[in-house]
Amino acid sequence: MNDLLILSIVVVIYLALTGYVGYVAWRRTKTADDYMVAGRETHPFIMALSYGATFISTAAIVGFGGTAGIYGMGLLWLTFLNILVGIFIAFVFFGKRTRKMGHNLGALTFPEFLSKRFDSRFIQYFSGIVIFLGMTLYASVVLIGMARFAETTLSINYNIALIALAVIVALYVIFGGIRGVMYTDALQGSIMFVGMFILLVAIYWILGGVGEANQALTNLVNSVPAEATAKAAATGFTGWTSMPSLGSPFWWTLVSTLVLGVGIGVLSQPQLAVRFMTVKSNRELNRAVLVGGIFILLMTGTAFIVGALSNVYFFDTIGKLSLQVVEGNADKIIPAFITSAMPLWFAYLFMITLLSAAMSTLSAQIHTQGTALGRDIYETLTKKTGGASVYVARLGIAIAMIIAVIMGFILPPNIIAVGTSMWFSITAAAFLSMYAFALFWKGCTKAGAISGLVIGTLVSLFWLVFEYAKSAEALGIVKALTGNAMLISSAPWPTVDPIVISLPIAFVVTVVVSLMTKKPSKEHLEACFQGVGK
Amino acid sequence: MVLGIDDPWIWGAYVGCILVTLLCVVYGILNWNKGGEDEEEQVKEELNWHKKEKDMEEKELGLWDEHDA
Repeated sequence: MNDLLILSIVVVIYLALTGYVGYVAWRRTKTADDYMVAGRETHPFIMALSYGATFISTAAIVGFGGTAGIYGMGLLWLTFLNILVGIFIAFVFFGKRTRKMGHNLGALTFPEFLSKRFDSRFIQYFSGIVIFLGMTLYASVVLIGMARFAETTLSINYNIALIALAVIVALYVIFGGIRGVMYTDALQGSIMFVGMFILLVAIYWILGGVGEANQALTNLVNSVPAEATAKAAATGFTGWTSMPSLGSPFWWTLVSTLVLGVGIGVLSQPQLAVRFMTVKSNRELNRAVLVGGIFILLMTGTAFIVGALSNVYFFDTIGKLSLQVVEGNADKIIPAFITSAMPLWFAYLFMITLLSAAMSTLSAQIHTQGTALGRDIYETLTKKTGGASVYVARLGIAIAMIIAVIMGFILPPNIIAVGTSMWFSITAAAFLSMYAFALFWKGCTKAGAISGLVIGTLVSLFWLVFEYAKSAEALGIVKALTGNAMLISSAPWPTVDPIVISLPIAFVVTVVVSLMTKKPSKEHLEACFQGVGK
Repeated sequence: MVLGIDDPWIWGAYVGCILVTLLCVVYGILNWNKGGEDEEEQVKEELNWHKKEKDMEEKELGLWDEHDA
């Protein structure tokens, strides 16, 4: 109870600080013009930290960090892609073009951008529906990440933690502005930076240095009793610092779901893509690459290293592997490590780090969901603006939030990383080919874009429902229809992530259909590409 | 053996993360002042976009974004 009291005080102080920063920023810049003038003097740190804080959620830290406790340092390939694709390629190649083209088209949301580029209202409401539904799952796993931490570290009942955190986020969203103010995002990013930096230094300090700690992890596979890793070894596990056997189920999950799904899917995340349109100049993007790269390295790199090395720590101290300590729920590995290895004050600091990570991500998600429902679906279908759209957007956000909490109660353990991957892989299948061609290929047609969008989405959903073991077994639809757990049960197919199948199909379909159908008019292309690529 | 790790696929990822971060740092430094040549125009576009987004949020969606800064 004492812990709960201290936590409440810490959270209140944190919220007050966040509110204060938001208020000061608001007092300073009341109108949009002020915003721009102030923005021209904005430190590039602000843009990068704000983007990074939105990108990295509790799912990345708690969920994927815990997953690294199982899969080991091979997960660092995801950090590699997060920086190369999620920062470098996203900012330098996608960001600048998105910014210019988005302005040429007067698009305010990601679906609207695609819809105006290809001159199709269908693209707008179809994308809106995919985003609205899929994001509920993502919001749910972000909430679970925070609640698991509160449960494990601070001994707060999981269900109470889930509801309390949802209420805090809802209050923040209602009173603090629906989308994180850039300065509060940056404040949250800074807190995340400090929290993760301390954690990285601490784990290598505790385990005697970088080389020593990694070496101990390398040796661990030979010192643990064989039965402790027997189950994983049967599916391809070879150690925490070696890649799984090529082509094994363990390898496919690591490479296709965890690394590729999220590593590539980040390019077509609607809440991140729209951010490029709010950047003042290409110079700001150039500068943000520097800060963003370091930020992501410290966020996901630390989470994965700590997750993997927690095995050494727990084996040295209590003779168990991380997954045994948390009784099989990898979502609890990072919280369990912090509880055992770090001082109590750090647990509170880390709670604030996670709150920051969750709030900055959730506020952007909720904003994207609101605009998807109000503007992209309702207004596009009814052709009316304003009026009822206000209520549709607000009601939609409330419903989405409630569903996210309910899903937090019913989703199984070990869900955070997988749930995040599913969302990333659906968005990649649906949007990535169309989005990349929108920016880089004038020959892509309306019919091509629509075909890629619809087929990518359908193939992705089909694979999730009928073939991908983790989701097909949970849903049980294929079991009810055929009596089998999935359509093809022979390896590797049940562990092959949907993105491996759906993304190439979507690309091919988009290209083939584009080549066969009528090209967009020259005037339209000129309007879209004016000044793009300079 | 690099950094206590035998498998080149793993220390490759470890070192790769650091190298790709250095790429970002070097790119950021080399281009620190580039991309702002037509800043006046870029800022005007951005201002226009921001106004439209604010209108959408307030008038069409009723979202509470009253102090975006």
